Amino acid sequence: MAVIQYREAIRHALAEELQRDPNVVVMGEEVAQFNGAYKVTEGLLEKFGPKRIVDTPISEAGFIGMGIGASMLGIRPVIELMFWSFYSVAFDQILNNAANVRYMSGGQINCPIVIRGPGNGGTNVGATHSHTPENICANHPGIKVVCPATPYDAKGLLKSAIRDNDPVMFMENTILYGDKGEVPDEEYLIPLGKADIKRQGDDLTIVAHGRAVISALAAAQLLEQEHDISAEVVDLRSIRPLDEATVLASVRKTHRVLLVEENKPFCGVGAQLAYLIQDKAFDDLDAPIKRVSALDAPAIYSPPMEIEQLPHPQRILKAALSVLK
Amino acid sequence: MSKKPSDTAEHKDTPASGDPLNAQLSADQKIDLYRVMVRIRRFEERSLRAYQAKKIGGFLHLYIGQEAVAVGCCSLLTKNDHIITAYRDHGHAIAVGMDLKPLMAELFGKATGCSKGKGGSMHYFDPSRNFWGGHGIVGGQIPLGAGIAYALKYQGKKGACLAFMGDGAVNQGAVHEAYNLAALWQLPVIFVIENNGYSMGTSQARSSAGELARRAEAYGMDWGTCDGHDVYEVRACINKFLELAHENSKPSVVEVRTYRYRGHSVADPDNTYRTKSEIEEYRKTKDPIQVFQNQLVSEGVLDEARISQIDTEARAEADQAADFAEASPYPTVEDITKDVYWEEDHPSEKKSEGRIFFD
Repeated sequence: MAVIQYREAIRHALAEELQRDPNVVVMGEEVAQFNGAYKVTEGLLEKFGPKRIVDTPISEAGFIGMGIGASMLGIRPVIELMFWSFYSVAFDQILNNAANVRYMSGGQINCPIVIRGPGNGGTNVGATHSHTPENICANHPGIKVVCPATPYDAKGLLKSAIRDNDPVMFMENTILYGDKGEVPDEEYLIPLGKADIKRQGDDLTIVAHGRAVISALAAAQLLEQEHDISAEVVDLRSIRPLDEATVLASVRKTHRVLLVEENKPFCGVGAQLAYLIQDKAFDDLDAPIKRVSALDAPAIYSPPMEIEQLPHPQRILKAALSVLK
Repeated sequence: MSKKPSDTAEHKDTPASGDPLNAQLSADQKIDLYRVMVRIRRFEERSLRAYQAKKIGGFLHLYIGQEAVAVGCCSLLTKNDHIITAYRDHGHAIAVGMDLKPLMAELFGKATGCSKGKGGSMHYFDPSRNFWGGHGIVGGQIPLGAGIAYALKYQGKKGACLAFMGDGAVNQGAVHEAYNLAALWQLPVIFVIENNGYSMGTSQARSSAGELARRAEAYGMDWGTCDGHDVYEVRACINKFLELAHENSKPSVVEVRTYRYRGHSVADPDNTYRTKSEIEEYRKTKDPIQVFQNQLVSEGVLDEARISQIDTEARAEADQAADFAEASPYPTVEDITKDVYWEEDHPSEKKSEGRIFFD
């Protein structure tokens, strides 16, 4: 099994799907000649040529809308947003057109489009470039949302997303791009809507997605080393569809829940999860559900303070201990 | 409507009647064009009555006065040509051949509607006829139109997309982004501006700087203008740009000058931004159905008996559509969460797991 970077895992998924299906087109700002702003698409132009790997102008509403239109006729565009933060200038195209066109046509149309790129804070680029819109996208029926935390998950989920006949928002993380992990040499797919237990435990369930999973795993290790507490870490991987069964099974095992995400707290993914858990597993809970989210302000620039603003292992540890009191 | 030819001023051939494209039409083809325009008008008049009788909710943007634009354009479409438009979409839907019954039922919010009652007036679609909507947000459909053209070019098909918008859409950013991409990548798309003079209640003079179609020059695109009350002229003009798209994969912008008699929507009392005499003047001199009727009478293609027959049939068809809509069932509560995800609608092919709908 090869050990590769998260960005390479995404690149391999793109290359395999480009190879497999002539309708797959990779499109976005600097994806071709520049080799990708984060080098995710490095080498793809050379391998697949300019018809399949397409540099776009800085024009997100234009090229995302164009991709949606092309997808209605069977093209499978995989569109890179240099930052997911830039989705807001294409909001109407993504969340009115891609999300709604199937419904408004009474099921006559579908949009097999993937929009992917990093959607995270923590890189000292200020509030405009640090949005985490997985909750906003997941709020729109018709849209699917995926947030992989590891190279293995990123590859398997992206391949499934590209083959999916519905619009999938695929949210990566610039801080994870250099992370390495084991990825099988043979082809594999990970279905959307399937969570993964990244760490087994008995005393507490920590539910997270994206880079918060990595922070939660670090916190779980501290809990074990310093407090002899066994925390289970459930990585949602997919926000919508959501693997409710795996979350609830873990809650029924540990009886205590901490929800961790880089998103802002108000109407975040954790809000939906907290509702769901109390609705379906109220009698299994031995303590109130707690959350760790980004501190509730626009993303701060100041580098040391941005670390504080996002969930980090010490904040997660402290919250975990409060759930266990 | 359906004034006798003798009611109008002395008839002159419409300027484009001699265009080879129009001259080669058979009498039946000409009558078909006329009939579709009449059917659009009668359908919309009937739908307005249904609206006034509270059978229809929300908005109803009527196309009355603009019929020659959709009919002229859609009469040119070949196998791989596609169209997409905005919310004033009834004319386009009928012009591509959609049946009036599901169109009316859609307005009534019924399960037998063309979008199963899920889209409403602004959201008609028929991909089987290369008609991709029916879009509610001003200008939002234009990047999609460029994308349809992109797909055609990618697939190596000889076809084009007519992407319709109103004059109010030309100031939207998405339209300019689509112009740039279409010109940059030489996509076979014709951006058709149906300029009826008003973006809702704001006149062109109060909303748009410069000539609307001339903005194409900034993107290095071909452009043109024509009068939209003359179906022959619409055909002759659009066909030139359609050929450019077909033969050279060149995009273009065409401004078609037209007019609507009714308010922006039924919610528009239409007494604040234009005069009744302006409407009457257009109706008297440029009504697209009357103009074409006069033309076809002078050509000896139509006579009074045929005019009357076509009108009677169109009224009956519209009434039957309304009866069908009235008699049809509403969608059920269970239907609300169908047609959201392709995958949920095709359970045997479902690959995802987990929960997709929430409470």
